[in-house]
Amino acid sequence: MEIDPLVFRLSIFILSIFIGYYVVWSVTPSLHTPLMSVTNAISSVIIVGAIIAGLAGNSDTIFNTSSIFGFLAISLAAINIFGGFLVTQRMLAMYKKKKKDK
Amino acid sequence: MLSANLSAIFYLISGVLFILALRGLSSPETSRQGNFFGILGMIIAVVVTFFSIGNFSTGFAVVLIFLLIGGLIGAFIAYKIPMTAMPELVAGFHSLVGLAAVFVAIAAFLNPEAFNLGSPGNIKLGSLIEMSIGAAVGAITFSGSIIAFLKLQGIMSGSPITFKGQHPLNALILISIIVITYLLCSTQSSNLFWILLVISFLIGFLLIIPIGGADMPVVISMLNSYSGWAAAGIGFTLENTALIITGALVGSSGAILSYIMCKGMNRSFFNVILGGFGATEQSASSQNREQRPVKSGNADDAAFLMKNASSVIIVPGYGMAVAQAQHALREMVDTLKKNEIKVSYAIHPVAGRMPGHMNVLLAEANVPYDEVFELEEINNDFANADVAFVIGANDVTNPVAKTDPQSPIYGMPVLDVEKCKSVLFVKRSLSPGYAGIDNDLFYKENTLMLFSDAKKMTEDITKNL
Repeated sequence: MEIDPLVFRLSIFILSIFIGYYVVWSVTPSLHTPLMSVTNAISSVIIVGAIIAGLAGNSDTIFNTSSIFGFLAISLAAINIFGGFLVTQRMLAMYKKKKKDK
Repeated sequence: MLSANLSAIFYLISGVLFILALRGLSSPETSRQGNFFGILGMIIAVVVTFFSIGNFSTGFAVVLIFLLIGGLIGAFIAYKIPMTAMPELVAGFHSLVGLAAVFVAIAAFLNPEAFNLGSPGNIKLGSLIEMSIGAAVGAITFSGSIIAFLKLQGIMSGSPITFKGQHPLNALILISIIVITYLLCSTQSSNLFWILLVISFLIGFLLIIPIGGADMPVVISMLNSYSGWAAAGIGFTLENTALIITGALVGSSGAILSYIMCKGMNRSFFNVILGGFGATEQSASSQNREQRPVKSGNADDAAFLMKNASSVIIVPGYGMAVAQAQHALREMVDTLKKNEIKVSYAIHPVAGRMPGHMNVLLAEANVPYDEVFELEEINNDFANADVAFVIGANDVTNPVAKTDPQSPIYGMPVLDVEKCKSVLFVKRSLSPGYAGIDNDLFYKENTLMLFSDAKKMTEDITKNL
């Protein structure tokens, strides 16, 4: 009997939770704020779904209710992606070691 | 057009890059590289999506326009936002992830063909369940984050909002969410889908209003976690590995942060979530507080004490963020260091309004991160230090947490500030902190209270050094 693909996705999901668990525990507490902003950015990979919805219409019906929600979601996710990664980068650039270079 | 298998492999690669992005954060040296991996993973995911759809007609241009609009707004915010506003920003970003998840779920519900999920009114059962979960959790994340944002921004009062029957009402709504999801899956009725969204928005709102300002570190981490679970739910709907992996990573990351924050306050997660903390105690303690003698001093006294010290430990808290005193503080420390005084910083896990809040502010003020220590690392050093300089922190230094089993904060890990030879406590007044309890430290023999704005006091001390 074939295994339902859902089971594979569930396996990936469960294993990723464990990866997340171990990886996040190893994050140094001083970087917890960048951790939050970067997780924010990467969870916006949901933009993939938004793009699919946005491109679903054919050339006559680019704007239908479904694709409009898709377009809006693209913008929302893009705010997060650009904002999240850039603000993380800005924060991380500030973490410096003790050194007298000015 | 990319084949489904090939794009699945690319999505897997981008999932792995996201794991590496989080892995990089284990130390500041590798963190920037980690962030780069994250960006790369995102680019791969987006480009692969374009190629797997293979539709580069007018619709593609529209997508790019919306992408660009969002990207410009995001970039603008990222460059303009002051570091002190980071908790609000993160809460705001969470709300956007939640709303995006809701929108994607709506789009998929209205046009399931585009996602290979069946046809309207006849969506595959599994997909419909996943979609409903993604939409409901996304809606909760959205409205909850909006409330958190308003509270942090000060637009809404930070004090808990409670009313009679709050918990039964919330329980009722949560149960009805499950019931409606069940009915939705059996009837495929679009009305039920909209009702599900509306009550999910409502419950997100209701869940966060009873939680007070200083519990925000837990709330933000929790919403971080929710945004991940919402993404994972959508990931299952779209059968997209990158989304599933990311959702799981973010979900567990937020959960761990919530756990760390709760432990830092010695409170259970449910105690925080049920809310109302600090609302009732506050009035009680202000009535029966006896007048006890306090030693207060000025910048001159403080400068004198510090000049004669050989080691100083700085204890920053939310007050430092409010007064934007981090730069003034670093200037003071620079002057101290010129006088051969050893200075280090002690950070309590729940100092500030979000995990790691203080570290970011100190980093912004060019404080090297190897001078900044966590509670466990530095707590034994207080006994050997000459001066503890408490700036904007309160409850996290209260010795009552160790001595008085009656106290609401009893058992909370605190910084052993009172073990220092002398304590300088910068504070505007003797008012109790968030927990609504008096700080015994104010009345200790070796404590000198500096009643002033944190920034002004720090600047004045620097002048007197």
